[in-house]
Amino acid sequence: MQLTGAQALIKSLEQMGVDTIFGLPGGAILPVYDPLIDSSIRHILVRHEQGAGHMAEGYALATGRPGVAMVTSGPGATNIVTPIANAHMDSTPLVVITGQVPTANIGTDAFQECDITGITMGITKHNFLVTSADEIPRAVAAAFYIATTGRPGPVLIDVPKDVTQATMQWWWPETVEEYDLPGYHPQSSIDDAGAAAAAELIAQAQRPVLYVGGGVLKSRASAQLLAFAERTQIPVVTTLMARGAFPDSHPLHLGMPGMHGMYSAVTAMQQSDLLITLGARFDDRVTGKLDGFAPNAKIIHVDIDSAEFNKIRRADVALRGQIDEALTAIDAKVINVGDYAGWWREIKGWQEKHPLAYDPQEENVALRPQAIIEAIATRSAPGTIVTSGVGQHQMWAAQHWKYEEPGTWINSGGAGTMGFGVPAAVGAKVGRPDRTVWCIDGDGCFQMTAQELVTARAEGIPIKVAILNNAYLGMVRQWQEMFYDERYSEVYLSPDLPDYVKWAEAMGCVGLRARTMDEAIAAIDQANQINDVPVVIDFRTDASEKVFPMVPSGATNDEIVVHPSQRGN
Amino acid sequence: MAVPEPFTGTTVTSPVRHHILSVLVENKAGVLARIAGLFARRGFNIYSLAVAPADDSQRFSRITIVVDAQSAPLEQIRGQLNKLINVVDIKDLAPREALERELLLATVSVDETTRPAVLEAVAQANASIVDVNEGAVTLMLAGTPTACDALERRLEGFTHVELHRTGRVALPRLSAVPTKN
Ligand SMILES: Cc1ncc(C[n+]2csc(CCOP(=O)(O)OP(=O)(O)O)c2C)c(N)n1
Ligand SMILES: [Mg+2]
Repeated sequence: MQLTGAQALIKSLEQMGVDTIFGLPGGAILPVYDPLIDSSIRHILVRHEQGAGHMAEGYALATGRPGVAMVTSGPGATNIVTPIANAHMDSTPLVVITGQVPTANIGTDAFQECDITGITMGITKHNFLVTSADEIPRAVAAAFYIATTGRPGPVLIDVPKDVTQATMQWWWPETVEEYDLPGYHPQSSIDDAGAAAAAELIAQAQRPVLYVGGGVLKSRASAQLLAFAERTQIPVVTTLMARGAFPDSHPLHLGMPGMHGMYSAVTAMQQSDLLITLGARFDDRVTGKLDGFAPNAKIIHVDIDSAEFNKIRRADVALRGQIDEALTAIDAKVINVGDYAGWWREIKGWQEKHPLAYDPQEENVALRPQAIIEAIATRSAPGTIVTSGVGQHQMWAAQHWKYEEPGTWINSGGAGTMGFGVPAAVGAKVGRPDRTVWCIDGDGCFQMTAQELVTARAEGIPIKVAILNNAYLGMVRQWQEMFYDERYSEVYLSPDLPDYVKWAEAMGCVGLRARTMDEAIAAIDQANQINDVPVVIDFRTDASEKVFPMVPSGATNDEIVVHPSQRGN
Repeated sequence: MAVPEPFTGTTVTSPVRHHILSVLVENKAGVLARIAGLFARRGFNIYSLAVAPADDSQRFSRITIVVDAQSAPLEQIRGQLNKLINVVDIKDLAPREALERELLLATVSVDETTRPAVLEAVAQANASIVDVNEGAVTLMLAGTPTACDALERRLEGFTHVELHRTGRVALPRLSAVPTKN
């Protein structure tokens, strides 16, 4: 069968089981948009390529399948750099296809030429410049293989226009050998001696903590984690990237650790004598000042990426492999565990002394953002997927929403990309149309990518957006209040410029506004009943509200600052 | 030629705690940029780097990198390099386990008075003259980094027109214990 390179590209994506591409066409990728018309693949036409990238991420994080985005060369390609960097930091499997100027023009500063493989070298797991139409099936198959195996990540395929216009004899690489990746060996098996050594450390520990990171979600190890925790009765903390990996309602769960973590989770790690680290990477937002982090803890470190071992913190036992397999292997070796009654008594004490707290909502004052999140959580269907932007609202959404299952919390952790929330929600809803999808957004973040609500309306993707409108770049304001003597520099945004309701309506969405708790409840219920168009609610929240607890940057986790109502406890 | 003593001291081209990585890579466009970019963005220092095709089919190249094992733990450097998809194999060699060689080419200005001294330096270093004209000689030394350093220092007393070194390549010493790779 003779195909054009463009036809081969679309056919290759079909072979990989792709059902959705997020993208926007242009000169260099034009040939590929033609056979797309005849394909079963759904294309979602975004309004900005950054939207395509974050949608693909949202899709991937909600479904566990790789997200696919396609854009043109030059500015189309550079517009998707931020999502690629974001996916790289959060190990999200993406395949990004960029058009490129014709091979003969590469290196001549041709119209809309840019060296996107060079630009993205450090922020992709791998990238390819395809130089002949014959190579397209191999490049696509290899890209998906690399993106989804081992530690997942973004892979970019750059395809010059003459390559998509050329013809080729269709073929398909049936085996991994044909992918021609002599340097890539993602398979791993758990080292038996390592598992035994880990079990030995667990047997000796008196104050162990299961430090659960995003890798647990990536390796779909939640069931094994639950079984392991229940059998051993070891307390669990889930990082920002792992919310949902262990049910928040479970009594063994202490919640999120880190800069804005639960007091009990942060302190249990500090006081621990063994951190059983599962797919987590000792991020500075978790460790605080490194010299003071968990000073008496031994470390078991389980990860698929052995380069994480000893990168930040020395591991006493390092086990490379899938986390579910590692847990099963360790579980088989753990004969007896310690008596953690004393450890749990201490933890319970911290939990009682320092639960998550905020000032109660009073009448006639601006809305408490935490109360809004709790109201949405209790009034939305079980299994609702939450996405967020980056800022205070993100931290409150991570703290106050109770996540019960994997894939229900989608955010930008490693990169902290403002504007992630709305497009990620669109992608999540496309991947999981059966679920309610709420984006908990900030007013600053909303303004960065709101245009994708036009996409959502046009494509019939009914997401719900809660803007926690504090009229500020609130997280930055909080730092200026606490660490810069309340000298506010360039953080004020205004509550009503833009008018979010009118803006939502102009984008074909339902726009609502809430200033009181009664209005908020009514708006939330109304939004949850609307299932054909996107809804945006402008919640007028209190600008002075701060995220607590907080470990100031540069401080050790022992210096955690709790909510004012708990100081002196 | 007799096997020289293992190198332990400092040379012009490497720090005290250097390490040699012999990296087999796919011979694809941009591979060198990937490696250089990785070292730059992770703050690993490279002291020298030599690249050449590693097989007849030109499918693979070998890159010999002398790294500063003080700028980052060797385990990190190896681990991050290993994640590059085009990197096929990494062997690391501690200096004492490695047989290291390097090529030095230098063109030195000579006149009636300096010629004998230059020739003496060449003879003593076991170097050879590979080109001459009235005012200059070009000499070559294939030797240990220390020998190259010594010759380079010796030539500092003369007017060099140009001096180039290739950066070292290395193989495990046959007498050395097998290194992990
Ligand atoms: C693209 C980008 N630019 C800047 C920042 C720095 N930053 C982090 S949080 C934040 C404020 C976000 O404001 P908003 O969306 O209103 O959220 P809030 O903190 O008020 O809830 C800023 C500017 C960032 N994370 N991302
Ligand atoms: Mg704000």
